[in-house]
Amino acid sequence: MTGFIRYFFRALLLVAVQVYLLNKVPHLHRLVLPSLYFVFVLWLPFSMSRTGLLFTSFLLGLSVDYFSLTPGLHAAACVLIAYLRPYLITILMPRDTQEFQYPEPAVKAMQWAPYVVYILILSFVHHFYLTFLQWLSVGSFWSFLGKTLLGTLISFLLILTADLLFPRQQSYRTNTA
Amino acid sequence: MRNVLLFIRRYHTFLLFLLLQIISWWFLASFNRFHEARFLTAAQEVTGSINSRYDRVEDFFQLRAENERVHQLNDSLLQLLPANTLLVDTQQIEKEEITLDSVKRLRRYVYRPATVIYNTVNEEKNYFQIDRGSAQGIRENMAVLNSDGSAVGVIVFVSPNFAQAMSLLHVQQRVNAALKKTGDFGTLEWDGAHPDRLILKGIPKSLFLKIGDTVVTSTYSFNFPPGKMLGTVSALSTDKRTNFHVIEVKPAANFRNLQQVFVVENLQMDEQVNLNREARKRIEDPKNRKP
Repeated sequence: MTGFIRYFFRALLLVAVQVYLLNKVPHLHRLVLPSLYFVFVLWLPFSMSRTGLLFTSFLLGLSVDYFSLTPGLHAAACVLIAYLRPYLITILMPRDTQEFQYPEPAVKAMQWAPYVVYILILSFVHHFYLTFLQWLSVGSFWSFLGKTLLGTLISFLLILTADLLFPRQQSYRTNTA
Repeated sequence: MRNVLLFIRRYHTFLLFLLLQIISWWFLASFNRFHEARFLTAAQEVTGSINSRYDRVEDFFQLRAENERVHQLNDSLLQLLPANTLLVDTQQIEKEEITLDSVKRLRRYVYRPATVIYNTVNEEKNYFQIDRGSAQGIRENMAVLNSDGSAVGVIVFVSPNFAQAMSLLHVQQRVNAALKKTGDFGTLEWDGAHPDRLILKGIPKSLFLKIGDTVVTSTYSFNFPPGKMLGTVSALSTDKRTNFHVIEVKPAANFRNLQQVFVVENLQMDEQVNLNREARKRIEDPKNRKP
């Protein structure tokens, strides 16, 4: 139950940061659109069922959508990364540790290299799909490419910063407890 | 039947994934085309109440700019007061019989004040939310003017207490614009590049233009009242392939600090739109075409 409350408040905080801070930063360049909210999907616990992952991500994306008035756009991208997440974790984590010692993906739980790859790939997929859906209605190929790459880079830096600034306290799970 | 159930059980995650994707696409497609989406009315009541709370804090940082705009508009209204002018001495005018009250005027535009509670400029499709909705008489396609009277957007979606407006900074926005000096009209658009650069299209090369010329809303616009400030010409170039100027316009409104706005209703809009549609139908319908 405490876990649920924690994730609920984390989602509220991330949506608020996205909607009231990152969506409103002064205009720097047309390709620069910082986005951080989807880190919620990356930080969901390992133990969550795949159905639960999909539904949670859909609701998260939809809540951002209703604020920025793009119904379905962020929801589609979030559902895609939630679908790919379990496959990526199985590839990146050593096979023999099916019993995860930490509750959710983090530097501590995955080591630096796999964690960075995990963030980079999922951020890229998120931005690629998001800008692709936008490109279908408006924009040129070069703005699509630039937005995808720059967006991935900015999100990657934002996520690492968030990781360093707010280390998530994770208890090491043992069999004795 | 058993095989179908087995299939669903085996691939239920993938099927759920597909289902959620299709729902998202459906939302997106229906919004892009008609500015409608499921649950948007209910969702807007929630986002609106949160946004209006947040806006109470944010407004403090824009008060100075807002004050100046309001003061300028007040100044221009004070110039119109009847007390500024003297009445003509009627005793010197020969009396004539006036059967029609030629002074009486019909009201065409109704102004309603509103507050912008959420706004972005970074996207290619920017919308802003205002704190008035259908319960306060706001309808779709009404024009939105800034507190100094310059045009900023058009209402596209209304719920009972809030409304969303499509900003001029929206790649699908088209506004009937005219040059104040000559009255030549064109279309004002945005290419999504920079919030300080709108594009005015359809002004022929034969027209002599200068940087700094004023662009206002045209009398042909259905939703915007005529003569409202849109911006000033900031850069001029010519496209060799066409017969038109390529005009960059600096918008009069600063879209980064919208606060108090007016929603303008054109009382004759329905009639104008209907007339337009009927006329088109009559001319273009093959049944009515004379051999």
